[in-house]
Amino acid sequence: MFLPHTDSERSEMLKTIGVSSIDELFKDVPEKVRYPALNLPPALTEMEAAAQLQQMAMANETTQDLACFLGAGAYNHYIPAAVDHILRRNEFYTAYTPYQPEVSQGTLQAIFEYQSLMCALTGMEVSNASHYDGATATAEAGIMAYHNFRGKRTRFILSPGVHPQYRQVFRTYMSGYENLEIVGDEANNDPMNYLERLEALIDGNTALVVVQYPDFFGQIHDFAPLAEKVHQAGGLFAVVINPIALGLLKPPGEFGADIVVGDGQPLGIPLSFGGPYLGIFTTRKEYVRRIAGRLVGETVDVQGRRGYVLTLTAREQHIRREKATSNICTNQGLMALAATVYLALVGKEGLRQVAELCYHKAHYAAQRIAEIPGYRVLNTKPFFHEFVVQCPKPVAEINEYLLDYGILGGYDLGQDYPTLSNHMLIAVTEMNSREEIETLVEYLKEFAHD
Amino acid sequence: MTEPTLFELSSPGRRGVRFPEPDVPKSALPEGFVRKDLPLPELAEVDVVRHFVRLSQKNYAVDYGLYPLGSCTMKYNPKINEDAARLPGFALAHPLQPIDTVQGSLALMYELQELLKEITGMGAVSLQPAAGAHGELTGVLIIRAYHQSRGDTKRTKILIPDSAHGTNPASSAMSGYEVVQLPSDKRGNVDLEALKAACDETVAGLMLTNPNTLGLFEENVLEVTRVVHEAGGLVYGDGANLNALLGIARPGDMGFDILHLNLHKTFSTPHGGGGPGSGPVAVTETLAEFLPGPIVTILEEGSEEVPPLYGFKMPNRSIGRVKAFHGHFGMMVRAYTYILMHGAEGLRKVAEHAVLNANYLLARLRHVYHIPYDRICKHEFVAEGIWDDAPGVHALDIAKRLIDYDFHPPTNYFPLIVREALMIEPTETESKQTLDKFADALIKIAEEAHTQPELLKSAPHHTPVGRLDEVKAAKELVLCCWFPEKESQAA
Repeated sequence: MFLPHTDSERSEMLKTIGVSSIDELFKDVPEKVRYPALNLPPALTEMEAAAQLQQMAMANETTQDLACFLGAGAYNHYIPAAVDHILRRNEFYTAYTPYQPEVSQGTLQAIFEYQSLMCALTGMEVSNASHYDGATATAEAGIMAYHNFRGKRTRFILSPGVHPQYRQVFRTYMSGYENLEIVGDEANNDPMNYLERLEALIDGNTALVVVQYPDFFGQIHDFAPLAEKVHQAGGLFAVVINPIALGLLKPPGEFGADIVVGDGQPLGIPLSFGGPYLGIFTTRKEYVRRIAGRLVGETVDVQGRRGYVLTLTAREQHIRREKATSNICTNQGLMALAATVYLALVGKEGLRQVAELCYHKAHYAAQRIAEIPGYRVLNTKPFFHEFVVQCPKPVAEINEYLLDYGILGGYDLGQDYPTLSNHMLIAVTEMNSREEIETLVEYLKEFAHD
Repeated sequence: MTEPTLFELSSPGRRGVRFPEPDVPKSALPEGFVRKDLPLPELAEVDVVRHFVRLSQKNYAVDYGLYPLGSCTMKYNPKINEDAARLPGFALAHPLQPIDTVQGSLALMYELQELLKEITGMGAVSLQPAAGAHGELTGVLIIRAYHQSRGDTKRTKILIPDSAHGTNPASSAMSGYEVVQLPSDKRGNVDLEALKAACDETVAGLMLTNPNTLGLFEENVLEVTRVVHEAGGLVYGDGANLNALLGIARPGDMGFDILHLNLHKTFSTPHGGGGPGSGPVAVTETLAEFLPGPIVTILEEGSEEVPPLYGFKMPNRSIGRVKAFHGHFGMMVRAYTYILMHGAEGLRKVAEHAVLNANYLLARLRHVYHIPYDRICKHEFVAEGIWDDAPGVHALDIAKRLIDYDFHPPTNYFPLIVREALMIEPTETESKQTLDKFADALIKIAEEAHTQPELLKSAPHHTPVGRLDEVKAAKELVLCCWFPEKESQAA
């Protein structure tokens, strides 16, 4: 299958090594643990494996079969055909991290272009070559802020509008540091209106304030005054973004962000049950030496030709070991490539168009749902492509009902916000037709009557 | 040939993809929030495809030839894995769907957890970590949570051998631990006396890679894990080199308490030019309650006619989430497919041939390259890329000259305990013919180093670019491109 040796080649090799059997190569393994009997299913041929995987995949109902109104951090967008054709180039997906630049210019230039596109999109000056996902990128912002103040500032303020799972990951990552205070997202009767509460928490001990734009409830806030307040207190301001929304909205670089993070999944990466996705991380030039992860820089070769290399590697773990800015080694290279190809294909006009489609369709859906007796749309501020609906019954029951009619309903906010039980977060993208929206409205109405 | 950047290729007004007009009435855009300028390139689909195809041709890849990067396990990536991960049932499932609509994905994750438990001899697995270093962070946080749960707060140190991957000390530091480096002995094992001396009541744990980065099996592994346990510490296994142990020995049987696996090394998921990886963490039953979650579990047992109902459960004293959603599901599909196609016997053959190939190369090269720890190796070995009678030639030059012979260079300058290290891991998927050509090239290069050193110093000679000015890159820090001057002024 994947082992090319013939019996005669094997014996020749053993002879060259000077042993009589393969077993002799394992004599250094203590006998009492050597050759365990593994209880694994018998090996399948490719044909059998393909059939089994197909069967397992078919046990799922997916966004292919269902009208999807579920978002909450992972979004159903159209992926142009050319994206996967590029990702399937063997030269890209079967290469390693570009340690040898002379034979890795393809990967290096693609990452350099990715960095450039992320800077353009977020309005920032420096991007790294990616993190694992939006949640870990957010957590790395925390670590960067911690080190930026040499551990002396211990207050970290998280908006309740930041994705709940991102906040959980942030806490896990920061749990290794003693005596930190992570505040701001405590349970509250009015979790959607938090700006004043966050402002009141900012003090001279604040290392970082993290907000999301649009926030988890879809709201678009004017964060400029908050950013100013953070800066007056000498802290750093991080903004979690949705890259599609930035096709339409003012980039965080224009309202005072020091760090911009987010998940790049909407940029040409399939939902794939949650991963692999793409952690975006951009910042301002003054923090370039504090940033985690890989960076690609432009340079020239011995003949003066333009080329690219991994740069500022002295920050990284393989050189600085325990003093490194982070332990990160693997990034999301191929996913960064997907985002790069996606943005190149849709371009300036296309990204704006996708963002506007999401915006208009979501607003239409929100208006139609608001008209149904028993339902209320909570969003009063501008929103992008998600909004909160107060429902007459538990969200799980509604979703079960919708599923019978081929609709994947929204996210149950009660899971994370105790005061928002019976509230559903609905996402609408360019993939949702008007007909799907009308069908959703119809069954929401019918359910309320049942 | 220099390939222009996307921004240089841009031509205002060009479009790659068009989208339909909205089929709903338009709403007013949010006043004051609309961006003025979106400085993205404008290209046609053909521009984009050609650009990336041309870029791809500047890469070396496993599907082109031998990629013997030590500790990276650049084995061949079976194509069926790629197709499996792209099955619409998997690729188009939203991570937050109701569990009864994603039983296929959950069954796969559950079964993969079970398979990895059996292969490693551990008691429980979390598939959430995204990569090896992420698994390490997870593992060290578990060590911390374990000691804290026992009220044992005086443990502040993690022991790490000097041959370890740089991620080990970095992960420990991120978890708030002090790192104590352990020396290696003459045979490349952990120095037992040094270990015993370091093991006191302040030791939280030991991070051990076995086989280590010299490619050597830790001969005293049972003694090492016993000593750490006796001192009350836990043993963390860096599974980066697990490829050598499949079906040969299980970390759980050797006394490891925690282990991360690299699905992108041992279980053939492609490296993607730097990622995505996947770094599941396996632990003993005692530590299962600390794993990050949620973890896939059986909620309702099945019967002969009805399959079980799978769902998620958060371990009781979990260290928390380490990632959004459920980990790199797409990589799990690939690894699961790989394990299914191998079975127990096939996996053991993988390890046996990985070790056979490495020892064969070692046998062919040891007369020409100095091997500082020369004994039967496992999946890789480390040679010195320097000769006293060829002054001025370094490991880097050998690496670059290998490119002229159409091979990807091995890892160089790691591990740090070997001077001018060349760390060579051929993997099991390389044929004898390929290994012979590679050995021939290295032998020829050794000769050239003595007779025509300039050939090495100026290598590589046939690549799209020659050696690059890394000092300039670090000094000038050009980290992103923009539109050519005239356009950025216009914008």
